[in-house]
Amino acid sequence: MAEVLFFIASIGAIAGAIGVIALRNPFYSVLALVGHLLSLAALFLLLRAEFVAAAQVVVYAGAVMVLYVFVVAYVGGADQPPLGARAGRGLKVASGLFAGALFVELCLATLGSGLSAIDSEGAGYNPNPPPGVSSFGSPAQIGELLLTKFLLVFEVASFLLLIAAVGAVVLARRRGGPGVGEETRLSVAELVRPTGTGTTAEGVGGPPGVPSHPRLPEAEAGPEPVPSTRGAGW
Amino acid sequence: MAISWYLVVSAFVFCLGAAGVLTRRNPLVVLLCLELMLNAANLALIAFSRMHGNGEGQIFAIVVMVVAACEVTVGLGIIVAMYRRRLPIDVDELRALQG
Repeated sequence: MAEVLFFIASIGAIAGAIGVIALRNPFYSVLALVGHLLSLAALFLLLRAEFVAAAQVVVYAGAVMVLYVFVVAYVGGADQPPLGARAGRGLKVASGLFAGALFVELCLATLGSGLSAIDSEGAGYNPNPPPGVSSFGSPAQIGELLLTKFLLVFEVASFLLLIAAVGAVVLARRRGGPGVGEETRLSVAELVRPTGTGTTAEGVGGPPGVPSHPRLPEAEAGPEPVPSTRGAGW
Repeated sequence: MAISWYLVVSAFVFCLGAAGVLTRRNPLVVLLCLELMLNAANLALIAFSRMHGNGEGQIFAIVVMVVAACEVTVGLGIIVAMYRRRLPIDVDELRALQG
């Protein structure tokens, strides 16, 4: 049974990988990668790494791929010109040769390594361990390792995630102010609050009042406010 | 199944990802192929972890997933910024860091 599942999952993984690099439309490539990731999660389950398999499905195939789908839909998954149209067929052949050589070399490195355990099913697996010992691949074992032996790794990884989130916001932010037709956006607070109670626009010399109210009568008596020429920023 | 089968699948997926990085010109697809290579490495890590029977390889795989998520976030942010500035979404056209 395990052999059948292994061949189904590995054929799915390889087919998904071929789909990623061969499909013309980036949107279909993303979908092929989702299939590849699900097949890989099945392989992880066959290796009894249940927590990593669950994290793979939830985090990778769920969250990260949704991010990809949104960006492909935003940028537009325009069909690319066929491979080798400008770069020539030589690059494609060379990269294929490189990948083949890499595959042979990796197989030599792993299968010819002389590790005796590499042809075994792996170390013994006990699904019902004695109390106090967490079984292989269980969330208890992962959590115990992350919070004891690999605590520094855990903290650095969380900090890296924070930096990446801030960096993505900075990179993808909108520069140069709001676009056309976005400046007249009203909020509920503008209808509720009394007119002339200082907003930022009034503070920098904009007209007092809000777009939903008529201009205050005493504002006309004073000096005419200088219309702000600054961009509204981002 | 013996551990070596998993390693062969891992090596094959890694080579497919490398070929994709070398041939594709859309940076979105290049990022996808990088994901393929990272996932192939994850499979090898989990297979070795199973071979030894301890969980340290799985911790390594989870950290690789964290790093991949960060790489995707920043890479997609760069692609969105390129799209906003009307730059061509093509790694052959984008030769200068200055844009």
